[in-house]
Amino acid sequence: MKAFKRLLALTLMSATLTVAFCGCGSDKADASSITIGIPQDLEDSLDPHVAVAAGTKEILFNIFEGLVKPDKNGDLYPAVADSYEISTDGLTYTFHMRKGVKFHDGNPVTAEDILYCISKNADTESGSAYVSAFSNIEDYYAEGENIVIKLKQKDTDFLQYMTMAIIPKSNPNPDTNPIGTGPYKFTYRSPQENIVLTRFDDYWGEKAHIKEVTLKICASADSIVMYLLGGSIDLFARITTTQMEQLKDSNFDILEGTMNLVQAMYLNNNFEPFKDERVRQALCYAIDRDEILKLSFNGKGTVLGSSMFPAFGKYYIDETKDVYKPDLEKAKALLKEAGYENSLSFAITVPSNYQPHIDTAQVIVEQLKKIGVKAEIKLVEWDTWVSDTYVGRNFEATVVGVDASQMTARAMLERFVSDSGKNFINYSNPEYDETFKKAVSTTDDAEATKLYKDCEWILTNTAANVYIQDLAEFVAINNKYTGYEFYPIYVMDIAKIRLK
Amino acid sequence: MVKANDRTKLILGCILTGIVLIMCLCGIFFTPYDPMAMDAAADKSVSLKHIMGCDQFGRDVFSRVLVGVKETMIVAGSVVLIGAFFGTILGTVTGYFGGWLDEILMRLNDAVLAFPSVLLALLIIGLYGGGRNTLILALGIAFIPSFARIVRSEVLRIRNLDYIKSVRLFGAGHLRIIVVHILPNLKTVLFSGILIGFNNAVLAEAGMSYLGMGVAPPNPSLGRMLSEAQAYIFTNPLTAVFPGITIVIMILGFSLLSEAFKKG
Repeated sequence: MKAFKRLLALTLMSATLTVAFCGCGSDKADASSITIGIPQDLEDSLDPHVAVAAGTKEILFNIFEGLVKPDKNGDLYPAVADSYEISTDGLTYTFHMRKGVKFHDGNPVTAEDILYCISKNADTESGSAYVSAFSNIEDYYAEGENIVIKLKQKDTDFLQYMTMAIIPKSNPNPDTNPIGTGPYKFTYRSPQENIVLTRFDDYWGEKAHIKEVTLKICASADSIVMYLLGGSIDLFARITTTQMEQLKDSNFDILEGTMNLVQAMYLNNNFEPFKDERVRQALCYAIDRDEILKLSFNGKGTVLGSSMFPAFGKYYIDETKDVYKPDLEKAKALLKEAGYENSLSFAITVPSNYQPHIDTAQVIVEQLKKIGVKAEIKLVEWDTWVSDTYVGRNFEATVVGVDASQMTARAMLERFVSDSGKNFINYSNPEYDETFKKAVSTTDDAEATKLYKDCEWILTNTAANVYIQDLAEFVAINNKYTGYEFYPIYVMDIAKIRLK
Repeated sequence: MVKANDRTKLILGCILTGIVLIMCLCGIFFTPYDPMAMDAAADKSVSLKHIMGCDQFGRDVFSRVLVGVKETMIVAGSVVLIGAFFGTILGTVTGYFGGWLDEILMRLNDAVLAFPSVLLALLIIGLYGGGRNTLILALGIAFIPSFARIVRSEVLRIRNLDYIKSVRLFGAGHLRIIVVHILPNLKTVLFSGILIGFNNAVLAEAGMSYLGMGVAPPNPSLGRMLSEAQAYIFTNPLTAVFPGITIVIMILGFSLLSEAFKKG
């Protein structure tokens, strides 16, 4: 406590000094702080090229940035690069480095650092998420203040991968001591306790508003409301509707957004009955998604019809959700046609730590009873779900949410290509594979968009899965603060948050 | 406060246990509504139609409590049966024969006893997946040691009594001595052991289901109902109150009975 007071005094003092020196009274330079609750510790690597957990990446977003950076609409703007050009054949990318960009340790960003990051991520041994996209790189080099990247084939999504974090080559242990160029720098982490970030005052762009950010780990979902009301945290992203109800008459603002994932009953297309498209369609007709929203989610959420959610903008097709209107007669007829009249039974595997998915599954079980389908819920630990259901593909149906690692249609749709390693539902459709391949290699953006949309229609029409919704997300933020922004990807942009 | 004597304990215990047994029978043969049927339009408050109200899915809580009592009784009953059966065998053999077998088995027994039973159950569920049957197996194993101990100490006492010595002089075999002369004398200890064990099993089942590792949803069990109601404790508290009260009645009834029998 004493140390904290001293720290506070120091920050206060330096803040006043900064104000005195620059002679301006902007609120950006005050000694503000915020405590943000996060559901889990950042246990995997703090190296942005290695980290995989969504919960880790959402925090690292504030510490690191790439040559380009996504904004709240999912559009890219130049960050470490101050501009870029793409040659007309779409094969050569030239990035002009921004002058005066510094790492958190005070060293300037050099071309060497950028080349190092590309080579690190192109290394097939690295296990980096960029490997497959970077395998398309023919050559890359520095030309004075420019970085030139040449591709083998045109890839309309390539720019998305340039959001890859730029880190200094000189940092010997990026795992535990992250150094980046983002608006916040890492100060310290005490495991299972908290992580402290401090504003990076040499940031090249618009500096963050809040000086000190403490990320407090709140592992027990039951205590979040208590923490919020008790004042030990000021912000918690992704609270449930019930938690929201409890915060109604308090000094918290509740913001509503979407989680940006596709919640569906994913069907193992290799499970005998689900090999038949008619059975899958019957399930789609039997399940009333509006009723699920009403019963389990207080009516909040966005009904979906394919593997794409609204935040994707031009790739999203709203009409897919109208393909399967609840129609019990049609569902029964389809089942009868397929030879499963009153004889279909299967297990729905649900990870036991996700109450929204359990609640959804409970409603589904009831709805399926009406067409004579017997479904039972099998709860498994999250680790078991990952190893048996996702990796082992040993399941019949499962209710989960699937998101995209990059803001590209490709990241969302590649999963359903027959031989994709991520195709955990064993979807196999030559027409889909063909369309997807065309979409990836096409050079015209409008044409690519149309082909991706065709892919979504194929998924819907063949009832690859029973698509349900994009869950509503609620953020509780102390009404002292404002400026929280929802992103189409799983990140929390702390730099935009400010005191009212 | 009236000091309850054994008779009032017995009567109260019988009444409470009777209520629970009737609920259990209703759960098997008749519930006013389908305990799984959901109704988005249902009024969630207590009314003549739904005497315990409805939960967040619009399911009738009373029907769910009835079936929940049944589920809980099945689990607790099977757990105690497994525990008592194997515990008695283990306790009799070790208590009667003694020697190195006794040493080894009882040390093993101590090891299992020292191991937190919930942790043991979690381990088994982790290995074989959740669901009612695994839960019964897991808790059943965890319940063996306590029965083994009670039985063993009783057998130790009985086997040194004079009548056993004289039976042995008459030339009776070990099996005959155990089955005919010792086992019947265990019934008082076993009976109160079973009643107390049953209580612990009810609580263990509720605990495990509460942790999400017992009976699979949407099937109701009292613990699972509590766990689901927890999220609605401020908005619809009655969904938590009724299963909770039912657990209390159940435990209290069996506790009173075991108290009454222990003295008598």
